[in-house]
Amino acid sequence: MSRTWAYLSNYLVYSSMALYTLSFFAHAVETAWAVRVTTTDSKKNLDYKRTEKVARIATAMMILGFVLLFAGVVARGLSAGRVPWGNMYEFSITGALAFSGAYLVALRKHDLRWLGLLVSIAVLLTLGTAVAVLYRPSAPLVPALKSTWLVIHVSAAIISGGVFLLANAIAAAYLYLDAMESRGERTAWAKRLPSLEDLDQLSYRLVAFVFPLWTFAVIAGAIWAESAWGRYWGWDPKETWAFITWVAYAAYLHARVTVGWRGRKAAWLCLFAGSTFLFNYVYVNIWGTGKHTYSGL
Amino acid sequence: MSQEIEVPELGSVGLLRYGWRQLTSMRTALILLLLLGVASIPGSLIPQRTQNPIRVGEYFKNSPELSKWMDQFFLFDVYGSPWFSAIYILLFISLIGCVLPRTIEHFHSARALPPATPKNLDRMEHHTSWSAQGDELEKARAWFKSKRFRVLEKDGSISAEKGFARETGNLFFHLALILVLLGISFSSLFGMRGMAILNVGERFINTTTSYDSLNNGKLFNENNLSDFALTVEKFTAKYNVVTSSPEDYTLDVKFAKGDLSQSELRTIKVNSPLKMGNTSIYLQANGYSPVVTVRDSKGNVAMQGPVPFLPQDSNLRSIGAIKVPDADPQIGFVGSFVPTYARSGADGAVSVFPEALDPRLLLAAWIGDLGLDSGVPQSVYRMDTSKMTQVGLKSLKPGETFTYPQGSITFEGYFQWVNLEIVHDPGKNFALLGGIVAILGLLASLFTRRRRIWIRVGKSVEVAGLAKNAAPGLDVEMAEFIAKLKGGK
Repeated sequence: MSRTWAYLSNYLVYSSMALYTLSFFAHAVETAWAVRVTTTDSKKNLDYKRTEKVARIATAMMILGFVLLFAGVVARGLSAGRVPWGNMYEFSITGALAFSGAYLVALRKHDLRWLGLLVSIAVLLTLGTAVAVLYRPSAPLVPALKSTWLVIHVSAAIISGGVFLLANAIAAAYLYLDAMESRGERTAWAKRLPSLEDLDQLSYRLVAFVFPLWTFAVIAGAIWAESAWGRYWGWDPKETWAFITWVAYAAYLHARVTVGWRGRKAAWLCLFAGSTFLFNYVYVNIWGTGKHTYSGL
Repeated sequence: MSQEIEVPELGSVGLLRYGWRQLTSMRTALILLLLLGVASIPGSLIPQRTQNPIRVGEYFKNSPELSKWMDQFFLFDVYGSPWFSAIYILLFISLIGCVLPRTIEHFHSARALPPATPKNLDRMEHHTSWSAQGDELEKARAWFKSKRFRVLEKDGSISAEKGFARETGNLFFHLALILVLLGISFSSLFGMRGMAILNVGERFINTTTSYDSLNNGKLFNENNLSDFALTVEKFTAKYNVVTSSPEDYTLDVKFAKGDLSQSELRTIKVNSPLKMGNTSIYLQANGYSPVVTVRDSKGNVAMQGPVPFLPQDSNLRSIGAIKVPDADPQIGFVGSFVPTYARSGADGAVSVFPEALDPRLLLAAWIGDLGLDSGVPQSVYRMDTSKMTQVGLKSLKPGETFTYPQGSITFEGYFQWVNLEIVHDPGKNFALLGGIVAILGLLASLFTRRRRIWIRVGKSVEVAGLAKNAAPGLDVEMAEFIAKLKGGK
């Protein structure tokens, strides 16, 4: 029974990778066409309708990929009879799910399709690493992880992470386009992207939206640590880096709201804060010591 | 021409005031905040005494010069170091200096009425006007009331304001952080944390002498130790048959509090400590204690009982030392205990499963001076064999006896031991309360918009709005407001 679920989960994850790949190609074609359409300025064979169609296909593939990956994560959980957050393979597939989910949700309200190429690459890389390097057979949890707080703490942390990384991608796009504009005009394809001001606002709003959730993730972790390890805060490397991320984003919010930072400086600070989160995930899980390391990743 | 610059005399009061203003400025607070983040980094990369004293020891062994130099800068105690404390204390002083005046100011402005409608509304954002129907002021009044704006009505105009929760939430968030810090300090001053290793069947009475190790806060009073005793009734560990990884630990204890006259059965698990007020009892580790009887050459018992051994791997191969200082000459055994025995070519005896399915006790017997009277503290799990000679090696099954020229040792069986951590933490509830208030305050401050809306009705109706911090969303609200005003009765 549990074996079957584990295999099913693997197939679902593989299939979702295929769909994310298709989505990636569709986004690539869309971007390439958009470049040619505006530069050649002749409408022989290429028109905007086809670009639009390809873009829609790209998003549709991403949604299907998301659904399959979601099913894969759920099946993984069912195979072990618990939430699927017991090791780094499971964190990675859930993290990829959260990241593309954050993108798809944001897409409903904002014109973010230009970011789809980046999102699909990032998801593919994460899933690829997870499947190739981090894969572990499905197994029950060690006693320390058997707690309701696993669901609360980890889900809050993963969702925050997905949104932080999305804000990071937008801040990076800001810096790239800002550099391009300061050299002169935007190149043809980049003209379709939102204005600098919109990017600046969007990355801020994403961070402001998810900062309370991250605060909650840290506090939920502290409550759990109190019942599992006998102390709510012990400067464990993971805790320390979660704190650093929190401080960095708090500084970012203050810099924007109180000091009035905008644009380049704010984007750099946002990137710095996001990289502390990534560092925490990669470094502390793989090379770190401390209480957050369980059973071979 | 002289280029000398006159420096105005500040005087000591002026200097203090200048310093205070600098410290409580937003810029300084921001720098301190970032500094706090950066200062936390070394502690996560360099082993810390409080988390990992063994690795700190290795550091000192491997590069003594560098370590000594690093120790000068408290790099092995980052989070308790003067420079780390200096940063967060300055940050919190800066925070208090920033938040207190703002709280007073906010308190006053929250009770004040909104300022009167400006004369020239057409200079404001979201300005619209149309010819009046006559009932707009009434409709506006009703709408403001239903939306819970505060209003000031004057000369045919209404000035309305909403969104004070933004600043309220912001202030509560910062005050809550101070509460968290106070909770943590309170815990570390008045708290207590101790460890005790108990064999199954043993009794623990909560007095300072019962602990194997004990860390008191500076202001902790021994009389504050809560009165309780517990007896370890049963310990059950379940392991995965394939991977050997633990699946469940359950500890059953007989627990008695107060005058110890009545006891009850309680269960302690890894994620559910036994709680009693601010004192909690945690199950932190477990292992095996082989039970041995040591006899001298005449057959008299020199030592009898369980000796806790320290687990070395996930299959609970454990090492330990059995010391018999009362024998003449002194006898000691360096041993390892394997719960499920197997032979491996490279490593000798290994354990292949953490449950005691086929236990063995492997011993090396030593005769000579145990070195216990030298005053140098020794680990209970290790033995200093520098002044001793080895007299024999043996692998024992339960019930077997190893006889050597000076006597014998019998491996009677084994007990399981549990390591209990007992924590008295009087500040944690304040910290938790601070955390909850901080999140609520944060939500209120990030998701409330402060804005003003004005309406003036004469021959024509004029409305305008102003969003503080250029927060988005006022256009939608204005549209709704105008639709209401223009709408039918």
